[in-house]
Amino acid sequence: MIARLQQLWAFAGLIVISIAFVIATPMFGTYGNIVNILFSTVVIGLLALGTTFVIVTGGIDLSIGTGMALCAVMSGTFVVTWGLPWPVGVLLAVLFGGLIGLINGFSTARLGLPPFIATLATMLVAQGLALVVSESTPIYFNDAPGYLLLSTGTIIPEFPNAVLVLIAATAVAAVLLRKSVLGRYAFAMGSNEEATALSGIDVTRWKIAVYTLAGLFTGLAGVMISARLGSAQPATGAGYELQAIAAVVIGGTSLSGGKGSIVGTVIGALIISVLNNGLQLLSIPQEWQNVILGIVILIAVYADMARRRTAVL
Amino acid sequence: MTSLLEADGVSKGFPGVQALSDMHLELRHNEVLALVGENGAGKSTLMKLLTGALAPDAGHFRLDGEALDPHRSRDISIIHQEFNLMPDLTVAQNVYIGREPRTLGMFVNERRLNERTGQLLDRLGLPLDPRALVKDLTVARQQMVEIAKALSHDARVLIMDEPTAALNDAEVEVLHGLIRRFTGPDSGVIYISHRMEELKRVSDRITVIRDGRFVGTVATAEAELPQIISMMVGRELNTGATPVNVREDRPPVLRIDHLSTKSLLRDISFEVREGEILGVAGLMGAGRTELARAIVGADPVSAGTISVRGRTVRIKNPARAAALRIGYLSEDRKQFGLLLDQSVAANIAISALGQKLSRAGFVDDTKVRITAEDAVRTLKIKTPGVRQEARYLSGGNQQKVVVARWLAKECDLLIVDEPTRGIDVGAKEEIYQLLNDLAAQGRSIVMISSELPEILRMAHRVLVMSGGRLRGELSAAEATQERIMHLATSGATG
Repeated sequence: MIARLQQLWAFAGLIVISIAFVIATPMFGTYGNIVNILFSTVVIGLLALGTTFVIVTGGIDLSIGTGMALCAVMSGTFVVTWGLPWPVGVLLAVLFGGLIGLINGFSTARLGLPPFIATLATMLVAQGLALVVSESTPIYFNDAPGYLLLSTGTIIPEFPNAVLVLIAATAVAAVLLRKSVLGRYAFAMGSNEEATALSGIDVTRWKIAVYTLAGLFTGLAGVMISARLGSAQPATGAGYELQAIAAVVIGGTSLSGGKGSIVGTVIGALIISVLNNGLQLLSIPQEWQNVILGIVILIAVYADMARRRTAVL
Repeated sequence: MTSLLEADGVSKGFPGVQALSDMHLELRHNEVLALVGENGAGKSTLMKLLTGALAPDAGHFRLDGEALDPHRSRDISIIHQEFNLMPDLTVAQNVYIGREPRTLGMFVNERRLNERTGQLLDRLGLPLDPRALVKDLTVARQQMVEIAKALSHDARVLIMDEPTAALNDAEVEVLHGLIRRFTGPDSGVIYISHRMEELKRVSDRITVIRDGRFVGTVATAEAELPQIISMMVGRELNTGATPVNVREDRPPVLRIDHLSTKSLLRDISFEVREGEILGVAGLMGAGRTELARAIVGADPVSAGTISVRGRTVRIKNPARAAALRIGYLSEDRKQFGLLLDQSVAANIAISALGQKLSRAGFVDDTKVRITAEDAVRTLKIKTPGVRQEARYLSGGNQQKVVVARWLAKECDLLIVDEPTRGIDVGAKEEIYQLLNDLAAQGRSIVMISSELPEILRMAHRVLVMSGGRLRGELSAAEATQERIMHLATSGATG
């Protein structure tokens, strides 16, 4: 119930910001621009979906940004360098993301490293490997037009496929978090890991599963960003993890675990996109966009905490 | 003569619950007033109002006849069941936290801090070293630190919430002496406890509350236990029944052979039969909880074997134990039992989620709800609904939620560790009834308890531990408080 309230808050915030931009600039509310906003939400959105599961368990995943870049590079390797059919390449790239997650899960759950440290290490490894594998040069998907259509193609006229991918991924994530045993265990572990273990749940196994799931979303994000750009850019990726975490937190998921929702995360990601887009339309420089985004995170999290305090009393 | 502390017509409501209505309370000078009531009777709320953590909807408090602003008053100090101490700081640092003597206004004068604490401890007659780290102290001594901290404020009213829940008999004696020394013409103590025998010894008067209302106050010297209990629960309780022996030919469910752990346990062997309630008695630190944790795989075993239904098994974690239909209910429900910020339904369903309450990895929410609602009904869990967060339930109801979890899982063997700690008489009876019912259905129960009357009443057979070893086994017929205590104190040093 509390999670729903927070969603309303975040949702109300999204509406208020949107209305402000509509008033400020007529260009904001056009169909083309709205599609634009959705399109630009895809990558952050996918990363945020996966990382919601991790944060609900009380963990954190810093490796998703550079992990995504590495998955993009792997996708390029599979499709361009090895010449595999692109659907196979996509599948392998997504699974490769799962492998990164599996390693994170193993380090935290089995070896007992703090998630911050374990995923920080993975983040550096992924950043390095992306450059090593690609020999520090972008891989272009010029010979795989089908791959590019994954992002910019339009099954529905004037509606990019990338947004459809995000919608489908959101639906899958929402069902998994709310309805699956995995989702329930994620909440339980985030609430009280020790109690969950003593309740007869194999927390090691399930935590590895959660990180692996997050990795699959990272892999998909790697595919989608490279499809959008038409190339795998090995040096990008760093910084995306913080945007994704910001989206999750704005959406009302608690960093201490045990609370969160997919709808909130998507709203959080949309707030970030709307801000970036609207401020761009108003010709506000990129530097200031970050300043404003930072302040929004502060306000969102403070409002959430203030509400929680009153709820307890 | 005016009373020391008085509550008059105090009411407090929360959404969906009226926690207190027209509450009355009077603490006289130089008095120890016991406050008793079932779980959820409103004791915690009353305490929160007294310390200013909550504001009353109506009514007021008076200290020496004058209106009391609990927010600002230093006159009232409360010692909670759960301590508010910083384990990595010393005794002195904890006692004077925020009020450290300083040099040049910036630096903590550690020497004077220790001196001052030493004087305070001497005055109170507490055998503590100001320089000792709190984490190195026993629970009883940590509590002394809390008391010293409270009294360093020169409080006049000391409220103690279940102060003896984690103490052994000798420590309880020390505590009661301390309470007697604190009470004087200018001060008094409100003593909250569920241990009836204790109230007899320490209190002057007993105030009973029920369902957020004042029921009555009786002088302890004139009070009869059954009278107090019926005031608390509003009905008479059946407390008599002694257990019958389980037939020897029932097959053993669990068999432990020469079990040892690195930390404490040495060469423990016993078996639990089908339909049996096996009591495990012993003093604090005897290794009872360690035994339970070793059996369910929460802690590693260094030697020995465990067999379930005749098959030797290796239980590497509690998940494996659960798969073998062995459940464990921890003594510390907040830390090792509850998912506080999850719903009652989620808490009840968690153990059974993987098998009974889901299909193909997806949770059957209808089944979860029905299971939870059934449990709420049968165990009489007081909650506005199964979607309520577990943190808002009272202690006894939280305990029932954790019990319900293992009922939903349907274990053959349930290890319950202090199943009635911190819960009231009425709820205790219900837990006892439940354990008896389970045993009658052929389930086996291992009941670890520090309350001997509980062991004597419930157990078909009693194991007594001390110093990590089994010191003896008594049948229900042989077991008496004296014999158990004799075994529990035997070889405790050797």
